[in-house]
Amino acid sequence: MRVAVLGVGVTKFGEHWESSFSQLFVEAGSKAIVDAGVDGKDLEAIFVGNMSGGRFIDQEHVSALIADHAGLTPIPSSRLEGACASGGLALRQGVMAILSGFHDVVVVGGVEKMTDILSEDTTETLATAANQEWEAFLGMTFPGLYALMARKHMHDFGTTREQLAMVSVKNHANAMNNPNAQYHSAITVGDVLKSPMVADPLRLLDCSPITDGAACMILASEERAREFTDAPIYITGSGQASSALSLHDRKAIPVVDATSNAAREAYRRAGKGPKDIGVAEVHDAFTIGEIVAIEGLGFVEMGEGGRATEEGITQMGGRIPVNTSGGLKAKGHPVGATGIAQAVEVTLQLRGAAGKRQVDADVGLTHNVGGSGGTAVVHILEKG
Amino acid sequence: MSVPRFWRNQQSRYNLVGVKCTNCGRTYFPPRSLCPSCRRLGKLEKFKLRGRGEVVTYTVIHTATDGFGDQVPYVMAIIRMEEGPQLTAQIADCDPSEVRIGMKVEAIFRKIQEDGTAGLIHYGYKFKLLEGGNAL
Repeated sequence: MRVAVLGVGVTKFGEHWESSFSQLFVEAGSKAIVDAGVDGKDLEAIFVGNMSGGRFIDQEHVSALIADHAGLTPIPSSRLEGACASGGLALRQGVMAILSGFHDVVVVGGVEKMTDILSEDTTETLATAANQEWEAFLGMTFPGLYALMARKHMHDFGTTREQLAMVSVKNHANAMNNPNAQYHSAITVGDVLKSPMVADPLRLLDCSPITDGAACMILASEERAREFTDAPIYITGSGQASSALSLHDRKAIPVVDATSNAAREAYRRAGKGPKDIGVAEVHDAFTIGEIVAIEGLGFVEMGEGGRATEEGITQMGGRIPVNTSGGLKAKGHPVGATGIAQAVEVTLQLRGAAGKRQVDADVGLTHNVGGSGGTAVVHILEKG
Repeated sequence: MSVPRFWRNQQSRYNLVGVKCTNCGRTYFPPRSLCPSCRRLGKLEKFKLRGRGEVVTYTVIHTATDGFGDQVPYVMAIIRMEEGPQLTAQIADCDPSEVRIGMKVEAIFRKIQEDGTAGLIHYGYKFKLLEGGNAL
């Protein structure tokens, strides 16, 4: 399979008190359209990832809102929701729309406006990604679920508290070179270990922040892409998998089976394997998330994620640089936008347009998780 | 949580009632309306868990959601019940630093949360550490 990426655009990630939900989307979309060199009339459909317009801005039906404000009516606009994996679902929907032959040029995007409500309300909204009746109702929090995974990983595999912190330290260092990142602050392992406890063993600096932002891409069929560019980046693999909504219903905690199942499909479609991947953006909503991601994606053996992080395999210049953008931790995590923003970063890396954070790679991967692992989406991108 | 939504689950929340598939023998908690293993061949019957299990993993919550702020720090765990199902619950009546993976626990009946100052008070299961239930 080959779907061309014609253009990409992101807003700066952070607290955008001056910008609305639709303004953020229009900004990212306009950048992607200009980057692609397409015209509004070339666009045939919009797929947008958004976790919770309903709770964050009290607005459902955001698909029409976006088409309207982007000046793209009457083309069809659809919203995809899979908690923090909503953006990945939108990307995959766009890919499938093109591969099916139904559309030739589409917009895929993601947007979340999280700072219009109080942070306690944001925390509650994020907790709706967990099972409301049998996890959250009983007092479980969203960071708490990842803390359960972290504790089990430390118990079963000897992963250390310091190794978890090293994920955060690395991603903050990477974000220093990403002008669109929420944080430009280098941190140390000591800073992480001194930060306030959220859900033992996870501390504040193990957790991704509350972020406003949007990201967009223009995708096209291989044939139509030739009208606009000689050397597009191609999406060559796509995989998606579901698992139990409740963490307790997964028998092999901390294995995130949705990740490995989605990865298997994406590798198969691309005809690639973990050893071919030169750069990856993975779902580090919490530091343990990156460790179980690099295991589930097959970059390292199960249980080795902590030690591999300590050895520097995932750093800039390592065997497989992970989260060169700063990841969810330091670039920011506007939940619905994240899956698209990951693919934007990998596109920039493969184009050689990633500036100071550029790595040498021909094949890249994105990995987007919803909730504690009920949904996972993996995409593989390659140079033309 | 609305009254009907809580009321629907009352048997499970008060008495740990799940379901057992008479086709494959698997037990599920909370109840499901379809056995994921047998699908159309499955036949589910009510099944009450005895209330004993062991800690699979746990965390100590320091930043709680609305309604739990006055309980922090409190322990939340995934518990594997003797009959097989795993569930999420609070471990109460303990010093959070005592809890270890593998410890034996037993269900207790406790207040879970309340809907504001005038709403419903929700009761349900929590767990306590069993004496001599040291980590394996």
